[in-house]
Amino acid sequence: MQHLVIMPFLLPLLAGVLLILPPIQNSIIRQRIFAVGSSMLILVVSSGLLKEVMSQGTQVYSLGGWSAPYGIVLVADPLAALLVLLTSILALASILYACAGEDETGMYYHTLILLLVAGVNGAFLTGDLFNLFVCFEILLIASYALLIHGGGKHKTQASLHYVILNLVGSSIFLFALGILYGMLGTLNTADMAVKLQTLDSDETTLVKIAGLLLLIVFGLKSAMLPLHFWLPRTYAAASAPVAAMFAIMTKVGIYSIFRVHTVIFGDFAGDLANIAQFWLWPIAVLTLIAGAIGALASQNLKMLTANMILISVGTLLTGAALGREDASGASFYYLLHTTLVSAAMFLIADLIAKQRGKAADRFVAARIMKQRDLLAGLYFVAAIAMVGMPPLSGFIGKALLLQSAHTGAEMGWVWSSILFAGLASIVALSRAGTTLFWRTTGNTADTEGNPVHITQLLAILFLLSLSPLLVLFAGPVTSMTHEAAAVLHNPELSVRALLPALGE
Amino acid sequence: MEALFAFCVGILTTCGIFLVLRSRTFPVVVGLTLLSYAVNLFLFSMGRLSVDSAAVIGANNTYADPLPQALVLTAIVIGFAMTAFVVILSMRGRGDLGNDHVDGRIPDHSSLTDKEKS
Repeated sequence: MQHLVIMPFLLPLLAGVLLILPPIQNSIIRQRIFAVGSSMLILVVSSGLLKEVMSQGTQVYSLGGWSAPYGIVLVADPLAALLVLLTSILALASILYACAGEDETGMYYHTLILLLVAGVNGAFLTGDLFNLFVCFEILLIASYALLIHGGGKHKTQASLHYVILNLVGSSIFLFALGILYGMLGTLNTADMAVKLQTLDSDETTLVKIAGLLLLIVFGLKSAMLPLHFWLPRTYAAASAPVAAMFAIMTKVGIYSIFRVHTVIFGDFAGDLANIAQFWLWPIAVLTLIAGAIGALASQNLKMLTANMILISVGTLLTGAALGREDASGASFYYLLHTTLVSAAMFLIADLIAKQRGKAADRFVAARIMKQRDLLAGLYFVAAIAMVGMPPLSGFIGKALLLQSAHTGAEMGWVWSSILFAGLASIVALSRAGTTLFWRTTGNTADTEGNPVHITQLLAILFLLSLSPLLVLFAGPVTSMTHEAAAVLHNPELSVRALLPALGE
Repeated sequence: MEALFAFCVGILTTCGIFLVLRSRTFPVVVGLTLLSYAVNLFLFSMGRLSVDSAAVIGANNTYADPLPQALVLTAIVIGFAMTAFVVILSMRGRGDLGNDHVDGRIPDHSSLTDKEKS
């Protein structure tokens, strides 16, 4: 279908708006049915898009028929299509989970989630940097409202930091865009990569500043050191389905780093080739260590999961720092896995907190949970996947990444930091599991607390079942992620194919 | 003209950054506003500064680049919406947390004067 590329952006936008119109908005049941239905539709459309991109190569959609570099284009290459599908999966799980009651704690939950999906999908699909900024703002506005959804002191406090930091980030983003447009005269990603090769040598300094400013902005979004301080508190304060959905947001930052610093400032950028690599190496290693220390120091399960996200960001940044095709491919596989599993962990943490009375998800002794066996089982599977032990997908993801370090120095840094973070996560997660499930007061199970709702269980099982599926279908999935990396690293495919005007 | 323009953007950015680093929400909000003014002016100047040139080809001998004008319009709209949101959020923070410190609590430093603590 000709308009398939823009559908993952348009559909959630449209569905989100329809949700606030009277016939649907009046009853919560209708809202839920409509939200679940539309997120399933989005999931189907994104799978269709991925299938089309894999079979027919990168799809370019020029809005209004104006071709690049003059018009606005959407570009669906394998990486973008893969991440759009991932977003749709998360959205479905998050909406399903919220149907158990979270959506009644405030207004417009489903609308906001769908708008967030529209923003995230737009950011993945857009082919020019200014629309990347616009999509960032769409997803940020939705995330501000979602973060404070349900209200409460902690959420307000976390929101203040999150909103102010991101507003400063947006200003820096615009400064960078201004410099790039002023120097290169274009905003199209592919066109920028071409223009960069013919840049005068006295103009490189300004463009370098812009490139590194962009790294700061994306670093803030992806929570890399030293811009990560907002993340643990924000994610721990957000309600569970929102935190699960936020698992994709750090990945938007990672995706942008890959996109901008591989395609624009990649190997072929002349004087400015790989300007980010110098910074990415220490940052990636330090982020891993900071995440590991944070995980060991966490006092409750949500905080621990937030720190595990930090570790995954560090792992992905190591992949970006290696800056080669196989490393990128391995990172994309790990990205799929870690997003799904950390989202599931946030949901499980919420269920555990709800059945432990006042102790919530803090690591202290409490009464036995009502459905301890079920929750312990879910936690066990999620924890194994998260720390990267066989047989689940975390193992393959990490093994691929470790494999992509070739030289001695790379191996030294990558192996030691990733394995150290892995060890810290095993210690932290097993300590958490033993405290939560075995250190109990009294012998009788707590009769209070809500039993797990069927939609909550469905959402978690949906996310967790994808981890073994990623292992079973590791062959096709890795070939897809390597295809995505190949397109990203090959200027023929990532740059010239998108600019019909230059080919003639 | 360029020097004056650059000077203005610089002053706005400096004041913006200074205010954003303050500890109360009101100066921070004002700082964010100044930063967004600075960034809008900066974006605007990226089409190069020129006098007497409309963004229409053929109306004059010289013409201005229309794209930065479109960009700055988008940036103004988004910046305005964000400022409105952060104003409401900080008012809510004042109500929920009982003070207007960005951390939600007044730090217990001996260096603060009594007036700052209250």
